[in-house]
Formats: sequence, C-alpha cells, structure tokens
Amino acid sequence: MTPALWSLIWQSTLQTLSMVLFSTIFSVVLGLPLGILLCITSPESQGGIRPKPVLNVVLSKIVNVLRSFPFIILIIILFPLSRLVVGTAIGTKATIVPLSIAAAPFVARLVETSLKEVDRGVIQAARIMGSTNNQIVFKVLLPEALPSLVSGLTLTVINLIGYSAMAGAVGGGGLGDLAIRYGYQRFKPMVMLVAIVVILLLVELIQFIGNKISANMMKKR
Amino acid sequence: MQIELKNLVRTYETVHAVEGVSLSIPSNEIFGIIGLSGAGKSTLVRLISLLEKPDSGEVWYDGKRVDNLPEKEIIQRRRHLGMIFQNFNLFSSRTAGENIAYPMEICKYPKEKIHARVVELLDVVGLSDRINAPISTLSGGQKQRIAIARALACSPDILFCDEATSALDPKTTQQILALIKDIQKKMNLTVVMITHQMEVVRDACDHVAVLSEGKVVEQGTVKELFASPKTNVTKEFLAHLTSNMKSVREDGVVIWSDDPAHYVLRFLNDKVDTPVISDIIRQFDVVFNISGAGIQKVGDTKMGTMVCDITGSKKAVSDAIKAIRQRGVTVEEVEV
Ligand SMILES: Nc1ncnc2c1ncn2[C@@H]1O[C@H](COP(=O)(O)OP(=O)(O)OP(=O)(O)O)[C@@H](O)[C@H]1O
Ligand SMILES: [Mg+2]
Repeated sequence: MTPALWSLIWQSTLQTLSMVLFSTIFSVVLGLPLGILLCITSPESQGGIRPKPVLNVVLSKIVNVLRSFPFIILIIILFPLSRLVVGTAIGTKATIVPLSIAAAPFVARLVETSLKEVDRGVIQAARIMGSTNNQIVFKVLLPEALPSLVSGLTLTVINLIGYSAMAGAVGGGGLGDLAIRYGYQRFKPMVMLVAIVVILLLVELIQFIGNKISANMMKKR
Repeated sequence: MQIELKNLVRTYETVHAVEGVSLSIPSNEIFGIIGLSGAGKSTLVRLISLLEKPDSGEVWYDGKRVDNLPEKEIIQRRRHLGMIFQNFNLFSSRTAGENIAYPMEICKYPKEKIHARVVELLDVVGLSDRINAPISTLSGGQKQRIAIARALACSPDILFCDEATSALDPKTTQQILALIKDIQKKMNLTVVMITHQMEVVRDACDHVAVLSEGKVVEQGTVKELFASPKTNVTKEFLAHLTSNMKSVREDGVVIWSDDPAHYVLRFLNDKVDTPVISDIIRQFDVVFNISGAGIQKVGDTKMGTMVCDITGSKKAVSDAIKAIRQRGVTVEEVEV
C-alpha cells in the first residue's frame, strides 16, 4: 500500500459518501410523497384517510415493478436518463440517478408502512378536532411515525451504500469501483480488502447513529 | 347545544350496527347511552359527531341539519366538538401541554393565546405541573385528564365520551366523572356519555337511552330507569349493578354505617371462624362499634375484614388491641 493508493482510497470514500448522501436526499424527495400517497389513498380499513382505490393500486403496481428490477439492469436502462440529467452515464454524478430511482420505491414502502402503523384512534381523535387531511398528515401521521421513519431512513442509507458499491461494476466511481479496478483487474487484493473494510465501517457507523437518534426520540415520548 | 337524531341507519356490509335510532338529546346536560359490547354505541357516536355519514337518517344540532353539510363546513363544525376515548388517543409525539395545544394550532390561534389557554386548562384538570410531561409518563387517570383538557381547548358545545372511564379503576373513574360533571356545569356543555357501566349512568347522567342491537329499546331520566326498568336489557344492567353497590366495597366489605371508624381488623383462615371479638369483650372493658364487615376469598384463603371503633379507657383499648394481635389478627389504625 503506497501513499498514492491510500489517497485513492480516501478519494473513493469521499465519492461513495457523496453518492450516498445525494441519492438519499433524492430518493427521500421522491419516495416520501409517494409513501404518503400510498398510505392516505389506501382503503379506510387499512388506515387510509382519503381512500382512492384506483390511484392506490396504480401507484402500488409502479412501486412493485421498480422494486423488482435488479439494480444492475436498472443502471443500464437508466443510462439515457443519467446522460440527460447530468450529461454523462459514467462516474459518481451519473450513478446518483439510478441510485435515487432504485431507492425511491423502497423509501415509499417504508414510509407507507410506518404511517400505517400510527394508531387509528389517534387519527380519529385528530379528525374529530377538525383537522384537515393535510394537518393529519403533517401534524399527526409524520410526527407520530418519526422514530419508525428514522429507522427506515437508516436502512435506506445502508442499502444505498451497498448499491453504490455495486454501481462500481459499471464504472460508477466510489469504493466499489476502486475494489473492482484495483483488487480484481490489477490484482491488488489489499486495496480490495481496505475498500471492503471502509464500507463495513461506514455501514456500522450509520447503523449506530440511526439507532441512537431513534432511541433518543423514543426516550422523550 | 340540543341534538336531534332522526331514524339513523348505518350498516357495515352485512352488520346492522345502527338500525333506526331516533333520539332527542337535551341541551346542557349529561346524556347517557348505555349498551352491551357490539350494541352499536361507538358507531352511533361516530354518526352524531359527524365522523361518519349515516346510510340514511338525519342529525340536527340546535335545529340545524348537520349530517349533510359539505366537507369544509363539517370540518369547521367539528372544531366545536370535543371527544374523549377509552384509550385516550393522545399524541405520543407531543408533551401533555402540546397535546392540549393541538386543536388550537389547527384552528390557527395566535401563539400567546394558545399558551395561556394551555396553562388555564391544565389548571382546570389539576395537572398544572405536568405541562412538559411526555405522555408515556402519565397514569391512566392523568392521560384522561389531558385528553379532557385537549377536548375542551376550543370551547366545544358538545363533549362526546366514548367509554371514557372503562380503562380506569373505580376510584379514578369517580374522579374523572366528577371532573366531567363539574366542567359540564361550568362550561354549559352538552355531554353525550357512551358506556357499558350502569354505575357511570347512575353517578353522572341526567337522561339515558339503552341501546341494544342497534336500536334504542328504552329511554328516560336516570331515576325513571332505576325505579321502573321496562326491558330485560335494562333489568340485567341493573341486576349487575346491585352486586356492585357503593355500600359493598371493592374488597367485599358491607358498609352499614357511614361514620368513620378508627380500626381495620383483618382475620385470616381459621381466625375467621373463631369468636375473637366476644372473647376480647369478656376480658377487657371495651366496646366494639362495628361499621362494616365482610368475608372474601383470596385464592384458597378466606379473609375477613372488619371496620370498627374500639372505645373504653385508654389503657383498656391498648390492652385489648394487644390481645387481639396476640391472637394473630392484624389491627390497623386508620386516620379518620
Ligand atoms: N368500521 C367497521 N367495519 C365493519 N363493521 C363495523 C365497523 N364498526 C363497527 N362495526 C360493527 O358494528 C357493530 C357495532 O359496533 P360498535 O363498535 O358500534 O359497538 P359498541 O357498542 O361500541 O361496542 P363496544 O362496547 O365493544 O365498543 C359490531 O358488530 C361491529 O363489528
Ligand atoms: Mg365502542
């Protein structure tokens, strides 16, 4: 391991972090509203506050289709979209597009499940006080589900770290890319090993922080 | 606020939850609706409180039909309704004070006004020191008090109580009922009290309707209902109550005098059957004035309890107590 290699690892770590950060943001931007919609349009018996059966089924099918795509295939299918959005299909920036789109339906389902877990009696109480549907979503459902949402977010970030490593296979940049290029194609197993250890450490760190935040919230309730 | 229900019907698939209920609920009093589990009480209260629309029938508040209002107006109307529930339904994401603030926030009250009203309401329900308490740290009775404060926040004209005391112990139930009665008078509320407990009707309500299988089978003043029940449902509710009269305490002790007594004697197993008191009276110059007694079974053991006064000279009394204790009977001094 030469200093040059270490600095390569450092750069790749930064790339991974920025990929994960931005794809988390974008997947939440896409997935959160979708998850809220999935919850409130579901039948009343499942906790829907504004049932819209047709819309609910359509959204649900779209989410399922997206979720069942293997990630590698999704990246390749989304090459044109990446090119359109960031001007290239290769590298860190380009990978953020398929990462966000792959994680968004996952986020949507997590949000949907968390919101549906909110006690229906509490929603009924909010409703009888004259809450509008908007107020129920933003002042009741989301705050009540917050600890569970944070757990879901932790899971999303960890999944995205894994996905971002996979994106390395098609020149996505980051630690996965480094491991493949040096460890596999240039026979430097040490680089691969270090890259894997860094990924593991990142996952552990995120899990730790996520658990802490969740636990802190529960303590105040 | 006077409420008029006209032939309300609500069916879930094949279940006739409410089957043609017509009721007139007078203004400014506590109106009880009693019924067994599944009688349709909660469904009825959801219809009266505009949470659900009836399949047919009408709901009128003070001579104005309200069940067919457009959604926007229904939301406005609901802001002047309060409701409390069996399991409280407080927001766990908010502190006690923030729970009370919620209805005012959604009605866009100014911040300072909200705070002042929260403080005022906490005082009304006697929990001023718990403003910042997380909900999970409150007892059942305290949770219901916060729920009551929350329900009152926007000065409602109707308060619905759906089994509001069912999850509470008898003593807390009495306290909550007393609070509701007090508030009802002070705030000129119409209270609709849903329950399956006759003692709630007896202790809190003015009028009552008996609901059975989605229909009102009997109604009238609480006195009328107690004096001359007509239907079997009502009679059963009353029969259940007699074994639960105030004069019979939770521990099975029959109280036949309301005068406070200073001693509680507890007899276990064989002591229950020995004439301890007679022996003591013969030995010492004391008089027993028994104000209540009873025997109950705790598992396999018989336990006798006696509430009494022991009078005589100071020395005689203390000697007598010593002797009773020597015979294996517990003597507790009660502060009266
Ligand atoms: N949302 C619903 N969907 C289907 N059936 C319902 C629904 N709500 C109530 N029911 C049915 O209507 C009937 C009356 O229920 P309701 O909850 O009004 O009874 P209740 O008198 O409040 O009983 P409890 O004392 O147990 O609360 C029951 O048979 C119940 O299963
Ligand atoms: Mg009920």
